[in-house]
Amino acid sequence: MEIKDKITAIEPEAKYSPEGDGCIVIPADSFRNVAEKLRHEYGFDFLRSLTGVDWGEEGIGCVYHIENTSTGENVVLKTSVPYRDNTCLPSVHDLWKGAGFNEREAYDYLGIKFIGHPDLRRLYLREDWEGYPLRKDYDMASNPLNMENEVSTDEAPTYELTKDGSFILKRHPLIEEEEYIINIGPQHPATHGVLRFRVSLEGEIIKKIDVHCGYIHRGIEKMCESLNYRQTLALTDRLDYLGASQNRHALCMCIEKAMGIEVSERIQYIRTIMDELQRIDSHLLFFSCLCMDMGALTAFFYGFRDREKVLDILEQTTGGRLIQTYNTIGGVQADIHPDFVSGIKKFIAYMRPMLREYHEVFTGNVIAQQRLKGTGVLTREDAISFGATGGTGRASGWACDVRKRHPYAMYGKVDFKEILFSEGDCFARYMVRMKEIEESMNILEQLVDNIPQGEWQMKVPAVIKLPAGSWYSAVEGSRGEFGVYLESRGDKSPYRLKFRSTGLPLVSCIDTISRDAKIADLIAIGGTLDYVVPDIDR
Amino acid sequence: MGRKINIKSMSREDFNDNEYIDELVRELRENGTNVVVGCLDDVIQWGRSNSLWPLTFATSCCGIEFMAVGAARYDFARFGFEVARASPRQADFIMVAGTITYKMAPVLKRLYDQMADPKYVVATGGCAISGGPFKKSYHVVQGVDKILPVDVYIPGCPPRPEAMLYGLMQLQRKVKARRFFGGENRSISAKEYERLMAEDTNKIEDNEGYDESGLA
Repeated sequence: MEIKDKITAIEPEAKYSPEGDGCIVIPADSFRNVAEKLRHEYGFDFLRSLTGVDWGEEGIGCVYHIENTSTGENVVLKTSVPYRDNTCLPSVHDLWKGAGFNEREAYDYLGIKFIGHPDLRRLYLREDWEGYPLRKDYDMASNPLNMENEVSTDEAPTYELTKDGSFILKRHPLIEEEEYIINIGPQHPATHGVLRFRVSLEGEIIKKIDVHCGYIHRGIEKMCESLNYRQTLALTDRLDYLGASQNRHALCMCIEKAMGIEVSERIQYIRTIMDELQRIDSHLLFFSCLCMDMGALTAFFYGFRDREKVLDILEQTTGGRLIQTYNTIGGVQADIHPDFVSGIKKFIAYMRPMLREYHEVFTGNVIAQQRLKGTGVLTREDAISFGATGGTGRASGWACDVRKRHPYAMYGKVDFKEILFSEGDCFARYMVRMKEIEESMNILEQLVDNIPQGEWQMKVPAVIKLPAGSWYSAVEGSRGEFGVYLESRGDKSPYRLKFRSTGLPLVSCIDTISRDAKIADLIAIGGTLDYVVPDIDR
Repeated sequence: MGRKINIKSMSREDFNDNEYIDELVRELRENGTNVVVGCLDDVIQWGRSNSLWPLTFATSCCGIEFMAVGAARYDFARFGFEVARASPRQADFIMVAGTITYKMAPVLKRLYDQMADPKYVVATGGCAISGGPFKKSYHVVQGVDKILPVDVYIPGCPPRPEAMLYGLMQLQRKVKARRFFGGENRSISAKEYERLMAEDTNKIEDNEGYDESGLA
């Protein structure tokens, strides 16, 4: 029985809408019931993405991308309510833990009140922000720069629905008065960007972490709604700048899927190679920064020295070091440099012995081992529930690699291993990434000699308009599944463009995994989760 | 006083905007200087310009390039910038590397206020200069000069490490072209200092119920 039929069996009013990827529209009243059944009876345990959308007159609602991790089945659910004031939807935070932060985001963007959510504060914007920026009728000038310091509230609001359809706003304390709170960030070298933690301590044991995001919330998704498709590409590189190439690849893939363009094999090869180079670049930076956070400054210099060699290869072809702006819709900006292939081969020959040296210098070190082993354990169930993909999920034994789950570009044709560990601690997360550098080099070796001849840019109309519909594409970014949800109404610019952040699930699980750890371990936990803050905040 | 604005790493001809520095030197000479004070000034500014300590502050992409400048290939230790401080109290200049959003702006202002005088601001990258690619956003400050006085702008998205080094050398030249005694060591009058302190840019909530007896 297909999933469509299963859902109509639960809820006869559910309608299938075939535009784009296709989705199932469920009335808001019965959404909670359908979600519960899908989660508990049909095993849809991974919430890939939750997107709030303002559909104008049709109402405001959410799009849920859900996956069953054991069968690989996917389903897209859509639900909305037709009124704009006091918009409310049932919360699913208890079915998928990852929904907790995503619902806060949707509340922040669109003012959807999720009934039963235990902590419905704004996620990115200030508490005193007026209006909801992703609503179509939002006035862009309504919130001028406010230089008053922001006051953190210690109370979490919860909305409950009464029988007559009105709300009760309940506030319950997030932090008790006698709790000892240490503030870390937003300017702190160990948070890897402008992230802020409020850590509740008992002695040096962490009792609770309250994560504050939004210090680098740039409003990219709203901006994309007024840009044409070619212009939106530029912003993807600046989301997770250590996965610039992969992010852009995801958006290009999504737009190409909507346009119905098949790109040539040469382009597929080049994109795959660029993605893997980018992954090596990112993992080397991960190694450098983790070591630096833990006091091994020499290892930082080693990592950055070798990272520069990757950047040289990228720069030769693309002209950019950190941000390459290389992929375009239907191809790449320019053909590869004549020395591209030899450069990669030289780099691989250089890098293999260097990796061995890294392991000798840092991995085997007693201090490193003691600080990493057994700290910050994330169980496999939690990893799936939070949607913590990438190296973090694989360290917990979850085979979550998009390159294997939904092969794209050349990944279906190359032979590589998905690195899996079962411990789920900091050391496993560290080792996954170190081994992935080797795996990426294996992929590169299989590809560089066989780049076929062909076009590097397909013919694309000068003005790009997509048909009406919605699409979702995902790539394996440097730190997890990077997805793009695109909704079009047939215009030159997207109606709604949402980026599935790789980092948001990682910070949402930090509270769970660092409870009862020591405050000093938080540095190692944050370092090995390897999030990039502008990608969380978008 | 014939103060020469030379820095060891790069010759004068290789810099693009010497007129600006010449103008600063002209202003410096305008009223004449006591020989002793002038010589001392030279020595102090020489020392200061070669040991400018940055605050480790980065919000986005430019921060990674800033780390690359600190690492082995570009190595800003050659110019005396390597002592990156995590505390604003110990830093000489703040390198605003990355986008400044509305939520971050008060925090950045507070960091700047916490730095000890004399202090400098370097706006790095398109976002810090003007909002860059995010100029039309509802949550991005249109250039850090809206909230802080900027000394050097380094364009790029992100700027290459070479550009950052060039910008930092410009900062060194600027430091050398200023008067220290009666100048930068006293850039605000004692009266104004009092006023600023009383104003208290970071309001602390009333601490009346705060019980210190439990503290060691």
